[in-house]
Amino acid sequence: MKWFSFFLALCLVLPLLLVPAWAQELDQSSMDLDYYTRYKGQGRSLNVYNWGEYISDGSDDSLDVNKAFEELTGIKVVYSTFDTNESLYAKLKTGGSSYDIIIPSDYMIARMIAEEMLLPLDLTNIPNFQTSIGERYQNPSYDPENRYSVPYTWGTVGLIYNSTLVGEDEVIDSWGCLWDPVYSGNMLMFSNSKDAFGVAFKLLGYPINAESREQLDRATQLLKEQKPLLQAYVMDEIFDKMTGGEAALAPYYAGDAVTMMEDNPDLRFVVPKEGSNIFTDAMCIPKEAKNKELAEMYINFMLEPEVGLANIEYIGYSTPNDRVYELLDDEVKNDPVRYPDQELLDNCEYFVNLPPDLAAYMDEKWTELLSADERYSRMLMPLVMLGCIIATITLNTARALRKARLTTGKEPIL
Amino acid sequence: MKFRYASLPYLVWSAVFVLVPLGLVAVFAFTTQDGAFTIDNIARVSNYTPVFMRSVWLAVLATAICLGMGYPLAYLMSRMNGVSQRTMVMLIMLPMWINFLLRTYAWMTLLENNGVINSLLRALGFGTVRMINTQGAVVLGMVYNYLPFMILPLYSIMTKIDNRVIEAAQDLGANPFLVFSRVIFPLSIPGISTGVTMVFVPSISTFIISRMLGGGSNMLIGDLIDAQFLGNAYNPNLGAAISMVLMVFILMVMSIFNQFDDSEDREGMLI
Repeated sequence: MKWFSFFLALCLVLPLLLVPAWAQELDQSSMDLDYYTRYKGQGRSLNVYNWGEYISDGSDDSLDVNKAFEELTGIKVVYSTFDTNESLYAKLKTGGSSYDIIIPSDYMIARMIAEEMLLPLDLTNIPNFQTSIGERYQNPSYDPENRYSVPYTWGTVGLIYNSTLVGEDEVIDSWGCLWDPVYSGNMLMFSNSKDAFGVAFKLLGYPINAESREQLDRATQLLKEQKPLLQAYVMDEIFDKMTGGEAALAPYYAGDAVTMMEDNPDLRFVVPKEGSNIFTDAMCIPKEAKNKELAEMYINFMLEPEVGLANIEYIGYSTPNDRVYELLDDEVKNDPVRYPDQELLDNCEYFVNLPPDLAAYMDEKWTELLSADERYSRMLMPLVMLGCIIATITLNTARALRKARLTTGKEPIL
Repeated sequence: MKFRYASLPYLVWSAVFVLVPLGLVAVFAFTTQDGAFTIDNIARVSNYTPVFMRSVWLAVLATAICLGMGYPLAYLMSRMNGVSQRTMVMLIMLPMWINFLLRTYAWMTLLENNGVINSLLRALGFGTVRMINTQGAVVLGMVYNYLPFMILPLYSIMTKIDNRVIEAAQDLGANPFLVFSRVIFPLSIPGISTGVTMVFVPSISTFIISRMLGGGSNMLIGDLIDAQFLGNAYNPNLGAAISMVLMVFILMVMSIFNQFDDSEDREGMLI
């Protein structure tokens, strides 16, 4: 009996072990094999540091990009992931790591350039750059001469709304809708300062990157007016809340809006007429990279049309690679969420690195916004601390006195 | 004495991974980003007084509720027979086998306006009650997640209270109130002390609960510190300063609390 059940279990499990994952094979015929096989057989390896779920990995019938690169070039890819730009920055700043490729976002690239944390790229080693990256994605404001970064994906920030909750005829086309009392209690807002202030700046008609404390004060005022109308400040919780019909209106990233719209067909996405934020994640080589030529080869590989297509289909964001764009389905190409009109994009700005004093001031204002309900004196904390110290000393003394009384049986003389 | 060296691995561990990082926190708190000495960071912490006060208040509330709920339960459990005791401990531990984040996430689904509880209320003809994104929801999350940390130390201390002691008190004519206030309560103080520490400390420094159940506008110190290290406020020096102040504050509160305990043998107590 025992043997039989073991056999049965084996029968059930075996097919899973035997059938390989159906991964696509890369067509190498159109690639420059001399270029890619230069380092073959040398046992070299490359450290890649990317966002989680941000590369086609062979699941669901897709191309396993890293494996294809290894097979083509003979270079081993050591792949690891991060989840925020700041944790990437912290990791590089504290040292001890040696990544050859990193993929930060625009404002973080600007900051890393300013702090000399990146190596300039040799574009002659990345021949695909000129042939692939569209003109409008070249020389972006965060890297004006395109010396340090090659764009990987991009997207916009816009309003995502539930057409049944908002009303089918309502026109949602302005950031001002997020201040409309009609939707009171039904709206969500970014819970990170950069994006939330970006929305306020655009509504006020300011540039998206703060230029002065006055602008920040004005935006804080606006955000304070919005606070009582909001249901919550969220980031990734938005997926659940929007697809579940918990909220009617929220600002978020276009690529993620596509994911939400697949789950709930009532959802719509619009880039408001005031303009918005356009963001890019781009491939860079950090200063401590040990294999610069290999890293450049990897970047070049990522720009190959077939590879780029696999990645962009996997990630769901928009591609800056013209040759990849050509390969997309017409439905995706004409999708106004992922590829909005040029006119709209002209109104969109990148975040760049803020001067440290403005960044600190923005953070202070943000915290003030989130905790604005109560007012306390600045002296309260030191006073509480002082009170604690006095209480500890008093209690200790009292106890010592009592103990002395118990042991000697006499009143101690003070 | 030959077992003395058995504690060596832990001593080395705590020196390398506890003392050194604590020193680093202090260094960060008192330096600028360029590494120059400053007390500016500590001074800036006072800008965040409302956040501190809210965290303290919510943590105190959660601790009090945990104590109020956990104390009678722990006592009743300690008087049960062996099988029931083991079953109860198991039931209390059960939720802790599920990931902390997942448990909090589940509360989000329960409390939402279109969530399970509100759907049920509407079906029964009551209106929608706003539960999510309130301070009450944050306290609920804290109580739910940290209640076992209150019950278990209380329970382990109370099982040590000999039934004969209670019977002796009763024989000597003490009414139930006196039995509690003169016998059970004093004997359970070490458990209360440990339980309060183990609930208060994680409550005051929690960060994900407030974000998930508090709707982001009920910012707590934990969120503030999180934003300094992993958020776009990125300022590790300020973050370290806030952590330092929080640490000193917790130490002080705990030391005051422990002064009330007069017993010499402080078995099973923290700090």
